[in-house]
Amino acid sequence: MKITLGGVGQPGTSLANKTGSWRVNLRPSFLHVTCTACTLCALSCPEGCIYGKGRNTYYPDYDYCKGCGNCANVCPVDDIEMVSEETALPVGSLVFDDDDEFRSMSTG
Amino acid sequence: MAQAVDTDHLFASGHTACAGCGQSLAARLVLRAAGPNIIATNSTGCLEVFSSNYPHSAWRVPWIHSLFENSAAVASGVEAALRISGRLDGIRVIGQGGDGGTADIGFGALSGMFERGHDILFVCYDNEAYMNTGVQRSGLTPFDASTTTSPAGRESWGNRTGKKNLPQIAVAHGVPYVATTSVGYPFDLDKKVKKALSIRGPKYLQVFVPCPLGWRHDTSLCTSIAKMVVETGLYPVLEYENGVLTSARRITKKRPVEEYLKPQGRYAHLFNREGGAEEVAKIQALADDNIARFGLMDKPAEAKKAEVVAKVFTASELAGFDGLEGRPAYVAYKGRVYDVTGSSLWEDGEHQLEHRAGRDLTREMENAPHDEDSLGSLPVVGEFKA
Amino acid sequence: MARRMMEGSQAVASAVALCRPQVISAYPITPQTHIVQELGQKVADGDLVAEFVNVESEHSAASVVLGASATGVRVYTASSSQGIMLMAEVLFNISGMRLPVVLTCVNRALSAPLSIWNDQQDSISVRDSGFLQLYAENNQEAADLVYQAYRIAEDHRIALPVMVCMDGYILSHAWEGVDIPDQSTVDAFLPPFEPIYKLDPDQPLTFGMFMEPDKYLENRYMIQNAMERAVGVIQEVAHDFERAFGRASAGVMEEYQTADASTVFVVMGSLASTIKEVVDELRERGEKVGLLRLVSYRPFPQDLVCGALARAKSIIVIEKALSLGGPAPLVSELRSAFYGRPAQPGVTGFVAGLGGRDITVDTVKAALERARTGAGVDGFLDLRTDLELEGE
Repeated sequence: MKITLGGVGQPGTSLANKTGSWRVNLRPSFLHVTCTACTLCALSCPEGCIYGKGRNTYYPDYDYCKGCGNCANVCPVDDIEMVSEETALPVGSLVFDDDDEFRSMSTG
Repeated sequence: MAQAVDTDHLFASGHTACAGCGQSLAARLVLRAAGPNIIATNSTGCLEVFSSNYPHSAWRVPWIHSLFENSAAVASGVEAALRISGRLDGIRVIGQGGDGGTADIGFGALSGMFERGHDILFVCYDNEAYMNTGVQRSGLTPFDASTTTSPAGRESWGNRTGKKNLPQIAVAHGVPYVATTSVGYPFDLDKKVKKALSIRGPKYLQVFVPCPLGWRHDTSLCTSIAKMVVETGLYPVLEYENGVLTSARRITKKRPVEEYLKPQGRYAHLFNREGGAEEVAKIQALADDNIARFGLMDKPAEAKKAEVVAKVFTASELAGFDGLEGRPAYVAYKGRVYDVTGSSLWEDGEHQLEHRAGRDLTREMENAPHDEDSLGSLPVVGEFKA
Repeated sequence: MARRMMEGSQAVASAVALCRPQVISAYPITPQTHIVQELGQKVADGDLVAEFVNVESEHSAASVVLGASATGVRVYTASSSQGIMLMAEVLFNISGMRLPVVLTCVNRALSAPLSIWNDQQDSISVRDSGFLQLYAENNQEAADLVYQAYRIAEDHRIALPVMVCMDGYILSHAWEGVDIPDQSTVDAFLPPFEPIYKLDPDQPLTFGMFMEPDKYLENRYMIQNAMERAVGVIQEVAHDFERAFGRASAGVMEEYQTADASTVFVVMGSLASTIKEVVDELRERGEKVGLLRLVSYRPFPQDLVCGALARAKSIIVIEKALSLGGPAPLVSELRSAFYGRPAQPGVTGFVAGLGGRDITVDTVKAALERARTGAGVDGFLDLRTDLELEGE
């Protein structure tokens, strides 16, 4: 690791710290049944790790989700549940491009 | 120009804020609203600590942390440098601090920044105590809150004084824009940051941000508590422009303060011993005083009625105002027609990729995550008869 | 070279303006005020194009220049005494962030008791701050060190702030003949500021991060190394200065008749002029006396100082500062510089001139006598015996 002059840091390097490891009991499960794409889950996530575009496409990035449960509480149509960490993860995964821009959800 | 990073993530994941931290959410929303062409300063505190542990930085905008009390002064220096090198029109300066760094130790620097008229938006993340050092009371700690230096005890109900009225102090400096908001209302926060940044001169925005660790509440209640505080009247959501109060978020369903206080451990002492009810009553009185002072429960309809034009729209007439091909966008709700053309939440006659203009949205609003207050600031252009 | 009579503050302000700082921020404190007022007038008249930020405290003055420097522009501030104390934590912050701020300290005593008069307690008290410290003997040097300070600070091998120290009132408010060069000479000597890192949305960087114990030490180590390199850079810049401006600059120190001296005074600042008077007088009487005037106190050029003093039998340090409860700063650093070296002259240290008390040629001669009869016995000069000191 390099110590720069004055300890100046590079942008977005916090992504190396996968805070998903903080979860102990619960993780959010996005049911994709009644979602209206109101975007409130994404706008209420302190980690900024919920991605989606359009109905029933919202997912958390479990690499960073700390399991706080705010999204489940906020969802106006009860489409997010906090489930045990033991529960199997959904099949889909988040796709990012080279600039860490969220691209899409790929399911299957 | 700055490289294109998705504005939702100008504050990156991987920061070490506590789960459910209101301040981390608010910081991300502020950057989301501000965009990449900014320089931000920060005081020492939670936000600075959890976002900048070398070499891990959550900031994808230029950002500088110096000391505890000088965020506003450092921001003044950044602004002066941009001004003299002719870059101030393209780059906005945002100073950030917690309640302690802004209202107490940073008070002098903040006042100087206001008084000198620097073109800076200062955002105070108000979690009502010195959280980073262990939940000690600050000038913005509310009445009767228990902190580690104003603890509830056998002889004490907690913090003896109310919140220092920093928004009023900002207004008294004659700055062009002062506002309060809560992280529980992300659209309000977004709108206010954008509005502030469109104004030249000193701006102050105070954001209520819950702290699950310091306030001892469940991590899942961040947004919920941040809304309840407003619904009780304890934290009025206001806007002052050039010294005049221009908006005060109305409370549609008033909430008794108990509902806000009970989920938080810092107020537990008010509910588990004799005399607590009297203290709660004092807090209720503070809330009621705000409601009266700012007219938080006054009906807006009286004011709006005067603006209603005689024009009556039928469904087919309304359909012509669909926002497409340059046409205006109108929507109907409970018999009134609103012009949403200028709203940032409507693009080409569409809202949230879901709702179309030119229609009666009364039924759809029942399922909305927001209430009818959102329509409150929209121009009324007529009445609707289906 | 055209010398004009001017106040020391005017000389410094002129020098600063020629260096083209773009952000100036200061808070008034006697005896720094005239420098900042002169600069304010130049800005008001359009002679200097800069943002002149009138802050509400010295802590903010230093913070404003910190923020502006980090944004990539050349900056300037000045202060004295209590102002230096109030901005002390910012000074450490500036050096820790490796920002090339230049600051003039118009040396003044520290309260309590309140004193507006000269001594060097203020700058000496922040000797650990990571700022280079260069002490001027006269007004010409107070100005000349400004051009050099920017060159040294902005040198990418150094990247540290510089404090130019000048004795309050004795220099700042005294009128001397000073040569102020023209803009083209200064521009040729001092190119535009090229920051190593800066705050810019085109390349977003994070300044002022925190570091855990496994990383913090190395930052201090890096600054210590930069300070050591600075000894050479100061001399390099002094040579460049001489070529560009046509007059000498001392570099890290000035040796005045030291070559064959058996007794050498070691002092900093304007006191050197008085010492030179005494040295000249004694030399006429055949006494082999000399003076080593230290210009760079930080970095302390141990090898060069000990080299210059190696042949002396007796060294007399007279300093305008002290470290309450311990040995005085300059004498103790000098003694420690000699540790382990073959040459071991006797060293005697005196504290004098605190709170603006004049140091006259008689004071200096008395020091000489005291060092002769009691070598190595440190003490105060000119301590009054006619005052009752309660409890003593």
